[in-house]
Amino acid sequence: MRVVRLASEIDFAGWRAAARALRAEGVEPQAVVWTVERELFDVDAPAPSRGGGGFTVPATFVELAEQVIQHRSADRLALLYRILWRLEREPRLIDNPADPDMARARDMAKAVSRASHKMKAFVRFRLVEGAAAETYAAWFEPAHRVTEATAGFFVRRFTNMDWTILTPDACVAWDREQLMVSEGADPADAPSEDAQEVLWRTYYASIFNPARLNPKQMRQEMPKRYWRNLPEAALIPELIETAQERAAAMVAATPRQPSDRVLKAALRHARDASYEGGVPTSLEEIEAGASVCRRCDLWRDATQGVPGEGASQAPLMFVGEQPGDHEDLAGRPFVGPAGQMFDKALAEAGVVRDRTYVTNAVKHFKHEPRGKRRIHKTPDRGEVTACRWWLDAEWRLVKPRVVVMLGATAALGVMGKPTPIGVNRGKVLQLPDQSQGLVTYHPSFLLRLPDEDAKARAYAQFVQDLRLAGKLAGL
Amino acid sequence: MAVLDLRRKLAILSDAAKYDASCASSGAEKRTSVGGQGVGSTEGMGICHAYAPDGRCISLLKILLTNFCIYDCAYCINRVSSNTPRARFTVKEVVDLTLNFYKRNYVEGLFLSSGVIRTGDYTMEEMVRVARSLRLDHDFRGYIHLKLIPEASPELAAEAGLYADRVSINIELPRDDSLASLAPEKSPTDIKRAMGRMRLAIDDHVEPAKKAGRRSFARSQSTQLIVGADEAKDGDILARSASLYGAYRLGRVFYSAFSPIPDASSRLPLTRPPLLREHRLYQADWLMRFYGFERPEIVAEGEDLDLSVDPKTSWALKNRAKFPVDIQTADKETLLRVPGLGAKAVERILAARKITRLTLDDLKRVGAVLKRARAFVVTADWTPGALTDRESLKAALVQPQQLSLF
Repeated sequence: MRVVRLASEIDFAGWRAAARALRAEGVEPQAVVWTVERELFDVDAPAPSRGGGGFTVPATFVELAEQVIQHRSADRLALLYRILWRLEREPRLIDNPADPDMARARDMAKAVSRASHKMKAFVRFRLVEGAAAETYAAWFEPAHRVTEATAGFFVRRFTNMDWTILTPDACVAWDREQLMVSEGADPADAPSEDAQEVLWRTYYASIFNPARLNPKQMRQEMPKRYWRNLPEAALIPELIETAQERAAAMVAATPRQPSDRVLKAALRHARDASYEGGVPTSLEEIEAGASVCRRCDLWRDATQGVPGEGASQAPLMFVGEQPGDHEDLAGRPFVGPAGQMFDKALAEAGVVRDRTYVTNAVKHFKHEPRGKRRIHKTPDRGEVTACRWWLDAEWRLVKPRVVVMLGATAALGVMGKPTPIGVNRGKVLQLPDQSQGLVTYHPSFLLRLPDEDAKARAYAQFVQDLRLAGKLAGL
Repeated sequence: MAVLDLRRKLAILSDAAKYDASCASSGAEKRTSVGGQGVGSTEGMGICHAYAPDGRCISLLKILLTNFCIYDCAYCINRVSSNTPRARFTVKEVVDLTLNFYKRNYVEGLFLSSGVIRTGDYTMEEMVRVARSLRLDHDFRGYIHLKLIPEASPELAAEAGLYADRVSINIELPRDDSLASLAPEKSPTDIKRAMGRMRLAIDDHVEPAKKAGRRSFARSQSTQLIVGADEAKDGDILARSASLYGAYRLGRVFYSAFSPIPDASSRLPLTRPPLLREHRLYQADWLMRFYGFERPEIVAEGEDLDLSVDPKTSWALKNRAKFPVDIQTADKETLLRVPGLGAKAVERILAARKITRLTLDDLKRVGAVLKRARAFVVTADWTPGALTDRESLKAALVQPQQLSLF
């Protein structure tokens, strides 16, 4: 039987040195007794093994062991040595979360991590009265021996503050420069009150909703063992006791009639809900109207209606398909990736966008949610037809000489019937109001072409179409 | 009017804030007060500093700047027509309270909301002043969550994003038509527009962060939907969430069971809050975000979730042909759909099965809930046989309801 004495309950270096030597010597786990002697360091500690008997363990084991040693259970040191021992023959043990020893070690590490987290949460500092500089102190009783390992958190958070945390195991103190660790202390060493606690208790009582009483959930997250050091916990019994009565009183109270103002506003709203306005007579009316439009269902999942923008008397009007993700958020047409492609091509064609009018056949973004994305969906014929109300109004008000239809949906919106791009591209079409029409690709079609050569060819045609449009419009 | 002391104001303005479910302090960029002048740190994971007897986490000092409000939203205790006592904090009072609470380790930071006074811009400006003072005058590096007023100017919203770790706008009602009737002054389009602008700002936050020269822009935005105040079904609520997650990349959608308020309006149900329904919605939300489920698989629009079993079990019971699943060979996506297996358990199964043939005991050790899982899995020592298709399976999986005194 071998007895190992460690210098403290969390003497990881000591455990490591001893465990390393014992394994090198081939001492089986059941032949080792682990103890802690605070006073005397061990007399018959095994000599640290020198180079030759060295072996390696996975880094994750060392991390795990550093946590497990903070656990208060007496068998933690033996468990760690047993895992170390087994690792020699079963090197993959560390990767097997289903092994009973590993599961036990993981549970311990989890309990330690939780204790550390609760320490970060439940330490309550009190101002030390009469101290020269602003100084705080707290008395805390951690569930496991996590004080030293958790001190760094308080250093990072309260770097520019003097503070001390006293616990039965150890005390840590920070003087804005250095962390000092000392022996465990007594609750009497910490201040017994703080003037702010009245406010904190007021907050705690007021933020509680008696209609949702659930003390079991509370105790699960804030176990009773912590209550005696939490200034707010003294309120808990009374809050629980009066909760049902308070909630019942709210339910039983005579509800108030809504004010006339509310009813009137609701009526007004119900009346305005569907867009039944007259024919728009200005671009401003279109802008206001497109967002409240209920002519089809696309408004429901879209952010806003995106009206056209540009010169109000532009000789050249571009019509796209519908706003995309970016346009829907920004409320402006052609500002996303397709818009950037469009701007680039326009610049190459020598057409200034500000002197044209840019809009879409459909004013709301049609899409389908897929996880954290919105996937574009092509508007159907019904939606395009419903939205012609706005497109026609823009067309009538801007009175362009040339209308360029970007893609098949735009062509459907402008022509009122399917107009294939392939056969009509590059031809000047006569439109009903004597203006001229051109159909070409939609910029996002160019973005989607997988083949680089095809993409370059289509892009060149696109620029050529834009140039022709500019020329026809006299721009 | 008598001047209220700070304690009374705090009581009124925290009571007024408690119907907001969110108290999360996670997801901020990591920072410490090392090298700074003040206090504060954020380490990614949020910390709940206390729990109220309602079991909810208290992480932040969650208060209103004022509960005076010009709006008349029927579900809100602070609506203009309510008889609730009113109070208003000064900017300095909020700043001092935050710092005093923070230095005593009561909270992770501040969650500031407000009733709308005078105009949206005026109110937003006051809230931004609090955040600005904390960040610039006191070099406060803790967590700040600011509620945005949808009709405030985009510039003010952008400045709020500069100081806050998270911003939020509550949609409150899952359906636009109920918003129109219960909160007539609120416009769904204004709310969505403000969220859209905020997402764009968060996406290209690099530029404003450079301008501030000190810290980056808000990391995320969130919203809250009240459950049970209007006619919306769970399917409608989740469809709204899916649409919000996709459109505005929300960090979270919070669901808040409609709770009776003092001085309630007759247009709303005065009943106990539907807490179980709220819980099921959170579970379904989790399935959409972390388990690869799409909303239509979970519940159809116009329908409610099954309250008697969790939504994953409910899905599995309706899709029994896909089960049992062999724990040893099934891919990750399939394992995530097995009732009783959480994301962590699945990770551990994937690691452990490379080394050993997993048994039911192993499953238990990696954190699976066997009661729910066993009918749906095959392990080295277990096959459910006819159990998977048994008529009575659902009854066996229903959790017993807590009985209440009659």
